Formats: sequence, C-alpha cells, structure tokens
Amino acid sequence: MIALLVRDLKLAMRAGGGFGLGLAFFLVVTVLVPFGVGPDSGILGAIAPGILWIGALLACLLSLDRIFQLDYEDGSLDLLATAPIPMESVVLVKALAHWLTSGLPLVLAAPVLGVLLNLPAGGYLWIVVSLLIGTPALSVIGTFGAAITVGLRRGGLLLSLLVLPLYVPVLIFGTEAARRGAEGLANTTPLLMLAGISAGVLALLPFAAAAAIRVNLR
Amino acid sequence: MSIWEYANPRKFMGWTGRLVPVFVVLAAVLIGVGLTWGFFFTPDDYRMGATVKIIYIHVPSAMMAINAWVMMLVASLIWIVRRHHVSVLAARAAAGVGVTMTLIALITGAIWGQPMWGTWWAWDPRLTSFLILFLFYLGYLALWQAIDDPDTAADLTSVLCLVGSVFAVLSRYAVNFWNQGLHQGASLSLDKEENVADVFWQPLVVTMVGFGLLFVALVLIRTRTEIRARRLHALEARERMG
Amino acid sequence: MKLIVENLLCQRGGVPVLEGVSFTLGPGEALVLRGPNGSGKTTLLRTIAGLQPAAGGRIELAEDAVAYGAHADGLKATLSVAENLAFWAAIYGTDDVDTALDTYALRGLAGRPAQNLSAGQKRRLGLARLLVTGRPIWVLDEPTVSLDADSVAMFGRAVGAHLAGGGSALIATHIDLGLDARVLDVSEFAATGKMAADGFDEAFA
Repeated sequence: MIALLVRDLKLAMRAGGGFGLGLAFFLVVTVLVPFGVGPDSGILGAIAPGILWIGALLACLLSLDRIFQLDYEDGSLDLLATAPIPMESVVLVKALAHWLTSGLPLVLAAPVLGVLLNLPAGGYLWIVVSLLIGTPALSVIGTFGAAITVGLRRGGLLLSLLVLPLYVPVLIFGTEAARRGAEGLANTTPLLMLAGISAGVLALLPFAAAAAIRVNLR
Repeated sequence: MSIWEYANPRKFMGWTGRLVPVFVVLAAVLIGVGLTWGFFFTPDDYRMGATVKIIYIHVPSAMMAINAWVMMLVASLIWIVRRHHVSVLAARAAAGVGVTMTLIALITGAIWGQPMWGTWWAWDPRLTSFLILFLFYLGYLALWQAIDDPDTAADLTSVLCLVGSVFAVLSRYAVNFWNQGLHQGASLSLDKEENVADVFWQPLVVTMVGFGLLFVALVLIRTRTEIRARRLHALEARERMG
Repeated sequence: MKLIVENLLCQRGGVPVLEGVSFTLGPGEALVLRGPNGSGKTTLLRTIAGLQPAAGGRIELAEDAVAYGAHADGLKATLSVAENLAFWAAIYGTDDVDTALDTYALRGLAGRPAQNLSAGQKRRLGLARLLVTGRPIWVLDEPTVSLDADSVAMFGRAVGAHLAGGGSALIATHIDLGLDARVLDVSEFAATGKMAADGFDEAFA
C-alpha cells in the first residue's frame, strides 16, 4: 500500500500537472472574484470564507477524473484488481494521494489568497482548520465519483454532475465553520459536523467505491 | 408461490398489464374530484386568499417527489441483494417520475411564493433541499443514460442511489443548520397549531391519494417500457453475437 | 496449486459467449488457448483471473494463486524500468527484481523511463512483471504481441523455467512457443445463445 502511495506521488511530481494546476486554478478563481463583485473590501471580507471554500472545492474537482482514469487506460487497474491488496485499500490510497497532491496544497495556499480577499484577521486560523478537516472528505467523495465513472466515455462531465451535489453538506459546514470563526462566533458545531462527515466518508465510501470499480472492470 | 414470482418479467408484464388501466382511471377520478372540490368548493384562506389553492398540486407532488426517491432506494437495495432485474428497472422508472414531481413542486412553490412572500425564490431550507433533491435525480438519471451495459448500469446506479440517499439526508440536515427559513411547517402533522383547516384538508387528502395512484400507474407504465427496452437490447445483442 | 474449471459459463456484456468450458491445469503444465478473434479467449481469461464473475459453473483455485497478464502492460511512462518492476514487487511482497531484469535482458535498460522503450521492450517489461509476482499460475492474454523472434524465444524459456519450478501457465496465443503444451480450442465451447445467463430472457420465452 505504501508502494502504491509512493508511486502515485512520484507520478504526480513527474507529470508536473499534479500540484501546480490545481493551485493555479485556485489562484485564478480567487483573483476573478473581485472583478465580479467589485473591489469593496467590506463585501470581499464578508464573502472571503465562502469564496475560498468554493475555489478549493472546484480546484479539487479538476483533478478527480485522473484518479483512476490513467490506471484504467494503461491496464494497471486490472492488474491491481488481481493483486493481493484489497480494492478498498487501493481506493483509500488513491484518495490519500489525491488529498496530498490536491487538497493539502490548497489548504496551505488558502491563507495567502485570503489576503487578496481581505479576510478578517480572525479568519485565517479557521479557514485553514476548516479546510484541513474538510478537504479529505472532498477527496474521498471525489474518489467515489471517479470510481463510478471510470469506464465511461465523457466521464469527466458526468463526474462533476454526480460529485457536486454530494459536496453540499461538506461545503455548508466548512464555510459555516470558517465564517463563524472569522466573525468571532462559536463554531464548534459545524467543525464537529465537518469532522464527522470526513470520518464517516473515510470509513464507508471506500467500500462503495471499490464495489463500483469491480463493476466497471467486469 | 413466493411473492418474488410476481416480479418475474413475464408475470410482471401480465399482471401489470391488467392493473395499469385500473390505476389510471382511479387516479384520474380522484385527482379530478380533489382538484374540482379544492378549486371551486372551498373558501379562500383568510390570510392567503385564493392562492392557497395551489396547495392541491404543490403538496401532493412534493410528497411524491420524496416517495419516488424512497422507492428508488428500496428497489436498488432489492437489486443489490436479490439481483432482481425488474426491481432495478422500476427504480429507473421511479426516478423519471420523481424528477418530474420535484420540478412540479419547485415550480408550483415558486408560483405560490411570489404572492405570499413577494419572491419567486428564497434560499429557504425546504426549497433548497428540493433543489438539491432535483440535482440528485439529475445525476442518477444521467448515470443511467451514460452506461450501455444494462447490468453495469444497474449496479452503478444502485450504489449511487444508496450513497446519494445518505448524502440527501445529510444535506437536508446541513441546509436546516445553514438557514432557518420562511416555509411553513408540515401542513399535515397532527399536533401542529398551524395545521390546515379541515375544509382544505379533505380535498387535499383526495388529491394526495390520487397523486399516489398516478405515481404507481406511471411507474408501472415506465417499468413496462423499460422491460421491453431491456428485452429489445438483449435480442439485439444476441443478434450481433450471431 | 491446481486450477480446475468445470462447466464454466462466461458472458460478455450480459450475453453468453462460452459455455461448458472444462479443463484442469496441474503444476508443471501449460495450456494454450486457441480460437479466432472474438471467440471469447479474453473473456475466459478475465473470468479465471477473477475480474469478472462466472455466470455459471465452477472455478476451483487457491486464493492469490493467479498472476494475470493482459493486452495492456500496466506500465507507468514516467517511471523507469526498474521502478516499474520494484513497484509490482512491493505490491506482491517479493523483492527479486534482478532475476526478472536478467530473464528478459532488461538490465541495460533498468534506468530508462518506460516511455522511451520500444513496443517490444515494453512488452518484455510487462512479461518480466510476472516473475516478480511470485504467483504459481500465469494467466496470459496474447503475451507475444510485438515481440521479435529472439524475445519470443526468451519468453518461451521463461515459461519453461516457470513450469519446471512447479508453476503452470494458461496462455492465449497463436504462436508456437516451443513448449510441451496441450491446446484447447475455445470455439468448441461457443455459446449457442439458447441459454440466457440471468433468467431475464427465458422468462419471455
């Protein structure tokens, strides 16, 4: 399993696109927002947590279709399915690799982009904390979506349609936690809910995703 | 003879063929009676005026929108456990009806909301939940459409339905947490103060039963169509294989 | 490590392709599958490898005994030859990459990224993967595609050594590998089309 994780990280590094593209996308989205809503720093500060969360979510979405697609096309997925590691573990490792290459850089970049959006001083800690707790759920849910669509032509668009509604609870609790934190309100409840969702999807979705992959390989 | 015998495709075609007309006629009569009663023989509400009458379409369609998803969930579980082809085709049929009912509930809600709240749309928890439900239906139906092999499609949509059901409930909770909302509480719970008065309630029950029968009839008709399509697909595939 | 297949029914896309397939494969034995394109060789091999469920009949096989080799080699273009092999060795919990490199004369290419290999070299690397799995039963689908005569001989010797070591091999190929192998023509088992696998069709009959 560690070998698989190392391989996926190596591939992401060597292919280049892995870290860079998602981050650049996150940056571009954040930069575009003030052009859309106007440069008023009050408005920007108020919506900053939401913008950062939506930007991170969309950046995460970008790389989802690569999670299994390349392995499916070059036959690796067939070989992994006949290898002595359970498909559930493969799914978990893939989700972890996706989080390390897509989610974690976004978490680290968010406070920097927060400056551009005039995020209130109290918000920096909470945007990082909420993203840190919430982005693993985005990766796992996305991995499930990728597993469902792996064998399909035009899978990418369908993947977004399937995954985005599933992101709703994560987005709601994530932004609530960040927004309330930024405004100095109590945000324990949304943080706990967010942590609960992350833990729940980590425990349960790999089974559903593994079942979907086995169906797609038949 | 076990109950599953009735779900054997050929038997299913037989008994549903006889039942569908009965359901269609009953649904038409009940909806006709309920709507006529509700539209012309009930007083205007003291607060909402005549706009209240859209309730006779809005509430039943909203209920069917949720019932259709519940039926999809049960049918998907039956497919996963017993691999019964008719059940998964019925799930697909229910999704088509469900998405339409959701759309009707959303549109009638907007039409009702305009005079009452002064806005076509508000990000109220119930409205938002229905919009999310609509997105779930779209995803489910799009997945069916995207997959050629019927068994693969059945398996993947069933898995999606199970996972989606959990997330739909989660979303409902999250949306409640997110915004408290304008929408009135449940119209039909027995202990609520703001419960609708009997004069409105009686025709509403009639239309709801009517919508229920309409739902059953539509699901049966669509399932029959799906079964024929599946049969056709199998024959074509066999033809190709020589 | 014996592979026993009895009265197997295989389907592709919900349609039966092969029916009544029966054979046994003991240690040290090789079985070559023949049959025209589209006759169901790949479907049979994938069913035995466990990638798709048998629609009927029985496959008796120890767990974790099969190493499957498909049309696609599952190579990563940006990893080197040695890295590709080391990855699969780690997945299967073995560590003898060197023997695999030597058997297929890949030693000199060990540091080269897989994307810079020729088609035949890629294939050799894909076949070398079988050696690092340490699995006794090789299930191979057209292993000699894009190999030149020398490489085919190399592959024949590798299979021979595998059999001599108590392994066995089930190979779909049209080329003579110089092995003492039985031949099974899968077109004998072509499904007549009367039998539907899922009971959906005959319910209408």
